[in-house]
Amino acid sequence: MNSELDLKPAAVFTSKTRQITLNINGISRGLEVLPYVTLLDALREYLDLTGTKKGCDHGQCGACTVICDDKRILSCLSLAVAKDGAEITTIEGVSTGNDLHPLQQAFIDHDAFQCGYCTPGQICSAIGMLSEGKAKTRADVKELMSGNLCRCGANMSIIDAIMEVKDGGGHE
Amino acid sequence: MKNPPATGQSISRIEGPLKVTGAAKYSGEYNVPGLLYGYVVNSTITKGKIIKIYTEEIKALPGVIDVFSHENRPSTAWFDMKYADMDAPPGSPFRPLHDAEIRYNGQPIALIVAETFELARYAASIISVDYEKEIFDTDLRSHFGDGREPETGMASLLKPPPPEPTGYFETAYAAAKYKASGEFYHGTEHHNPMELFTTTTLYEGKGKLSIYDKTQGTVNCQLYVANVFGLRFKDVKVISPFVGGAFGSGLRPQYQLFLSVMAALELKRHVRVTLDRSQMFTFGHRPPTLQRTRFAADADGMVTALNHTAFAETSRFEDYTEVVVNWSPKLYPAAHTLLDYKLVPLDVFSPMDMRAPGGSTGMHAIESTLDELAYQLKMDPLDLRLKNYTMIDITVNLPYSSKELKECYLKGAEKFGWANRAPEPRSMKRGHKLVGYGMATGIWDAMQAPARAEAAMTRDGKLHVKSAVTDIGTGTFTVMTQIAADELGLPVADVIFSYGDSKLPFAPIQGGSMTTSTVGTAIRAAGKALRKKLLRVAKRMKDSPLGKAELEEVIFQNGYIILKDNPQAAVSFADIINDGHHGLPLKTTNTGVPNMAKLNKYSRAAHSAVFVEVEVDEELGVINVTRALTAVAAGKIINPKTSRSQILGSMVWGISKALREETILDNQLGKYMNQNLGEYHIPVHADIHDLDVMFIEENDEHINELGIKGLGEIGLVGVAPAITNAIFHATGKRLNQLPVHFDMLL
Repeated sequence: MNSELDLKPAAVFTSKTRQITLNINGISRGLEVLPYVTLLDALREYLDLTGTKKGCDHGQCGACTVICDDKRILSCLSLAVAKDGAEITTIEGVSTGNDLHPLQQAFIDHDAFQCGYCTPGQICSAIGMLSEGKAKTRADVKELMSGNLCRCGANMSIIDAIMEVKDGGGHE
Repeated sequence: MKNPPATGQSISRIEGPLKVTGAAKYSGEYNVPGLLYGYVVNSTITKGKIIKIYTEEIKALPGVIDVFSHENRPSTAWFDMKYADMDAPPGSPFRPLHDAEIRYNGQPIALIVAETFELARYAASIISVDYEKEIFDTDLRSHFGDGREPETGMASLLKPPPPEPTGYFETAYAAAKYKASGEFYHGTEHHNPMELFTTTTLYEGKGKLSIYDKTQGTVNCQLYVANVFGLRFKDVKVISPFVGGAFGSGLRPQYQLFLSVMAALELKRHVRVTLDRSQMFTFGHRPPTLQRTRFAADADGMVTALNHTAFAETSRFEDYTEVVVNWSPKLYPAAHTLLDYKLVPLDVFSPMDMRAPGGSTGMHAIESTLDELAYQLKMDPLDLRLKNYTMIDITVNLPYSSKELKECYLKGAEKFGWANRAPEPRSMKRGHKLVGYGMATGIWDAMQAPARAEAAMTRDGKLHVKSAVTDIGTGTFTVMTQIAADELGLPVADVIFSYGDSKLPFAPIQGGSMTTSTVGTAIRAAGKALRKKLLRVAKRMKDSPLGKAELEEVIFQNGYIILKDNPQAAVSFADIINDGHHGLPLKTTNTGVPNMAKLNKYSRAAHSAVFVEVEVDEELGVINVTRALTAVAAGKIINPKTSRSQILGSMVWGISKALREETILDNQLGKYMNQNLGEYHIPVHADIHDLDVMFIEENDEHINELGIKGLGEIGLVGVAPAITNAIFHATGKRLNQLPVHFDMLL
């Protein structure tokens, strides 16, 4: 909403676009963006990769989680220009064709979503969380997944799905 | 080779693969060349007038296309009626950018349209507005006792006013030996679905629009847009196959729809308007409500007198109402009842339906008071409910069409281990933490509305079923596919259900737990008509083995019509279409309507029993719902898997309602202060522990042909009071304000 920033419009909006390259889901994508375009908006609005979701744009809900250089990050709090050259995996790149990632299949099996809007972020976050290797117990998983909100209240099923993959050792 | 019925099976969501791969497209995800971005400017005052909006320097920014406000908006429909939607309460619906008057804080006052999202947002952040401020009032709590009667209108059909008083409440209450009373308050809540409200309007030329909208009613939005902008219905298409949660917030067309359509029509361009998270707090909400209860019982525990009064917030322009106080005599048939519901109009936006509207509010007060009464009587809270159990709804003097609540109580209590509860408060401990058990009842009306559905058989033997209904995450797509499959005896894989598009056969808004009964009944009507048509064509085919068989003499199974008496005599659906109908689809569109003549003989409701265990750390003031069980009786369960998720989700909502969520209104500013997901608290994964759901078998032969009651609300209604009752059992503190804050325990 409108704040009371004392910025001169011209000063901000004459910034020059920058040429950047993002390696997204194994494909190198060249992009010309203004410096204040977030990675989330670059994905959704400039590259038509709409699987990554915008739920708050403030780093409070986790819906925009992607994997960047092997770490889970909030793409709404990342500027696209700051990720020049980075390796990014979005939900579209988690699996190929009909071969779902074990977490994707586990989410379906456990009915770990209803509306599905937080789901890409939950799955990317879970992939990142499991590869971090810090979670030992169910309580750890719940704690380390708590940055990803779910308003449908699928919380228990989400953790069930992740635990199945974690205990089954199904993740890379 | 008879395949088992599809209904009753736990089938995974059909759209699951689309949702887990990111392929499911929501309303803000239709990208087209030349798309423009709109960003809304909201009022920073609560009441008054706009004197001037400084649009010139904004319009001068390279890339800004236009700025719309009340000063230059195109003219729209004149009459209030044209702005009324299917969920509009009595009053005058809010009209975006209508005039200079400010009615509430956060009111949309301008739309900036630019070539990029970033530019539109930036321009909205620097636009200057001069206002003339007026004195306002947003404080419900200063109005305990001075509400007024609500206006009645169409909405009163689904939301009846309180029943008339019975007996002599004051005399009975004064004379009673066992009494319990309470004053209750819960704060404002906002739906906050994860998906931001977005409309992408594609301008298709010649006044034609394709609108991707976040909504719970495609036809509702189609009618609204056509009426407001004077367009022909057939030129307005509203499409909404995936909805990122709604919980009631999509029952009415929200202002981003109006603004996106307005800009698209004016500029003859494609325009997307997305609200940001703070703007998600600038339209409907669950109204804060004050309640007072006084219940009395005789020494045996029979409830004799019930008084329940509510004062609920509404806006100055619409009388939004809820059914808050009508429930107690439906469950506990007392001779003396006095129920009252009043509204307090304030300078806020109109409240709107939010999951289990009214029911979750009223049942919190009712079930908490009943719990207190049980302690007064030194009676087990479960026994008190069983003692007052009724199969008659005394408010209408009709029997329940079915009511397996007793089984919910008994089976739920057994599985939960209710018998292990020590009766005295503060008597159960785990380590240094206090443990409490609490229970409560849930009730929600089982409703049904008219709807239409199309069923078509194609030459490949597949059944195509169509309805304009949405699937807001409830599992509607999957459940309707299952119902349709059974109509023709087909496996689910041979049914293609199309939905979420206003050009498909009519469906009402998706709310009130009535979608499955409403659209399911329409599909059943279409299925029956299609069976007749298929048989008629099959009998006309050359050398048809079905001869002159009547509908009762054949079965539809695995893609064939088969003679009951001679299973060798069979014709495949594919052959009927190819050989009997020139390969052309056989189609029918039918209406499903509630059988009111039959339904009016019964009171109709879904029920639940909720059992909760809490752990309370008194030193830290931490309350944890360690486990909870909900036993539900809601008629036939079409898909236990998606149904369980509905109830689990509601239980999380109940935990949130009891312990987390509230929009805090600063009455000095008239503004909500926590308009973001960092400060509007909902449970995170670490807050949710052991939740269990039981579906109690309930065969209802009256409610509708499918025996369905609906599940969207019933799972929420009883959860918050079960939690506060458990907190009382743990701590001896009766906390009647929701959400319970830690400091209330200290």
